[in-house]
Amino acid sequence: MFAYLAKRVIQAVAVMFVISLIAFAIQGNLGDPLRELVGQSVSEEVRQQLRDEMGLNDSFVTQYLRFAGNALQGDLGTSYFFKEPALDVILKKLPATLELVFGATLIIVGFSVPLGVYTAIKPDSILSRIIMGLSIVGISIPVFLTAILMIFVFSVEYGWFPSYGRGDTVQVWGYWQTNFATADGWLHIILPSIALASIMLPLFVRLIRAEMMEVLQSEYVKYAKAKGINPWRIYFVHALKNTLLPVITVGGVQIGTMVAYTILTETVFQWPGMGFMFLEAVNRVDTPLIVAYLIVVGFIFVVTNTIVDLIYGLVNPTVNIARMGA
Amino acid sequence: MSLLSVRDLTVKFAMRDQTVTALNGISFDLAKGERLGIVGESGAGKSITGFSLMNLLSRPGYIDTGKILFEGEDVVQMNDKRLRNLRGNRMAMIFQDPMVTLNPVLTIGQQMIETLMAHRKLSHEEARQIAIVKLREVYIPSPEERLEQYPHELSGGMRQRIIIAIALLLDPQLIIADEPTTALDVTIQADIMELMLELCQSNQVGLILITHDLGVVSQMTERTLVMYAGRIIEAGRTREIINDPQHPYTQGLINALPQQTLPGQRLKQIPGNMPGLASIPAGCAFNPRCKYATDLCRSRVPEIVHYGEVEVACHEVQRLNSDEDRQEARA
Repeated sequence: MFAYLAKRVIQAVAVMFVISLIAFAIQGNLGDPLRELVGQSVSEEVRQQLRDEMGLNDSFVTQYLRFAGNALQGDLGTSYFFKEPALDVILKKLPATLELVFGATLIIVGFSVPLGVYTAIKPDSILSRIIMGLSIVGISIPVFLTAILMIFVFSVEYGWFPSYGRGDTVQVWGYWQTNFATADGWLHIILPSIALASIMLPLFVRLIRAEMMEVLQSEYVKYAKAKGINPWRIYFVHALKNTLLPVITVGGVQIGTMVAYTILTETVFQWPGMGFMFLEAVNRVDTPLIVAYLIVVGFIFVVTNTIVDLIYGLVNPTVNIARMGA
Repeated sequence: MSLLSVRDLTVKFAMRDQTVTALNGISFDLAKGERLGIVGESGAGKSITGFSLMNLLSRPGYIDTGKILFEGEDVVQMNDKRLRNLRGNRMAMIFQDPMVTLNPVLTIGQQMIETLMAHRKLSHEEARQIAIVKLREVYIPSPEERLEQYPHELSGGMRQRIIIAIALLLDPQLIIADEPTTALDVTIQADIMELMLELCQSNQVGLILITHDLGVVSQMTERTLVMYAGRIIEAGRTREIINDPQHPYTQGLINALPQQTLPGQRLKQIPGNMPGLASIPAGCAFNPRCKYATDLCRSRVPEIVHYGEVEVACHEVQRLNSDEDRQEARA
């Protein structure tokens, strides 16, 4: 177990190193930071002096090492716009985004398993055909279009749901404010969650269906039938458990992807999360904030994937984490 | 009354552009505790016969006509509930490849106990105790530990023993074994067969052994059916069929055994291949591969008739019997 964990952590560190390198390289190519910091009236000599002071004339390696050293101490630079440490800015926005992703994940898990299983068990039924047809539509329509359509129908036409913002939130801990404590918070998070789930849900329905249909053809399912086992037990114990193994792996990657997708959803719904913040940072050429965002999202990816691999090992008995060494 | 009585069983497969007949008018009986072998090449319909007996054909296969009377009740007419009560309880099945038969994510114990609890009102602990007893019967060492293990932790031979133990869990009247040793090591094959024979005899369980191994059939069974292209072409006591086969196909199978050939000589084989289901030739399906075939063989399907000690479906069986060719072929 320890050897496996150590191996995973080393892999994670290597991935984070590459991400930081890419993020840092981008930083150098997003224009001249001085232009953002000082006005046009500052003379060229003063600019050069400032460059020297800020270390902008040092070699790439020296600059990267300084950047990485600071990053390890939690200093990802200072946002030009907010005049605050970039990491703090992001951490303040993080809970909103994570809650949105959590809401979308609830929808995806809650619907994809029953729909995927149903369409696999009854592939020829009319309902299955409708579900599969809708899933194609869902995959094909971009998130921002789904979001705008939903605002138009449910907020503007019917007025059931608010169209923007987080509504009433309740302070939980530190920067963490939650939507799930008030009715208004719930109302505000429903549409954005559905929008965010709209691409992943059909994907997962189709994935679960395809895996399940394959598992239902397997010898061990046939054998379970030959033993006279109740069909529900065959579907949900024998087949589903095997179906979910590959789904868990894909799911881990997709949670990371969803964090990235929040850029679109948050922008349409004016959701005060990291995605919305990132788009604003790009507009303002707030380089430290952009770099910090890339690193934080990369970190979330790495952490979720590592956790998912550990869960996979727990669910799949043929992967023995305890004995998995180097 | 016989334990199992199959009458005129016809199984079809609905393919996209046509419907093919996989089993054509299969009829046979099995007495209580009797052991029957079904032999033939791949594609003869042996496994389909086995699955049909439990009404376990999956799409696109279906039972078209015929009766499968098991303890007097027609399996073909049973509803799902009756079928569940039959499967694993009164009639059990042993599958071909033990590496893929057991569910990889469930422990041996879960897979044994669920079978017991599906058919009997037992507590979990009672079911566990029965599972342990049955594992002992198939000579599994330290059965308590095995119950906690997953299939991938056990060898193929061990898994097939466990599958045999699962088959015996509910003391069925009949076990259908579909090539139970094909996927195993040669050294383990003999052990497994011996174990099955011992258990069937001591528990008075009927056995239908599906195999292409005539050696195994002669060792294990009392009666034998020889199948070709979805029909029974020869049936009778195993001793008779092995020692004095009547159908040219059965003769060919027995001549093809390595024991029938001197070392260094080429093995004798039946020329050609078994026809596919969609292209079964007119008349006797074996006629293109048969050196005795006549015009009659090419136009009419032979009925299965008593001939001597066995039943055989061959137009030319009488001529063959007096023919020197046959003496020569058997030499």
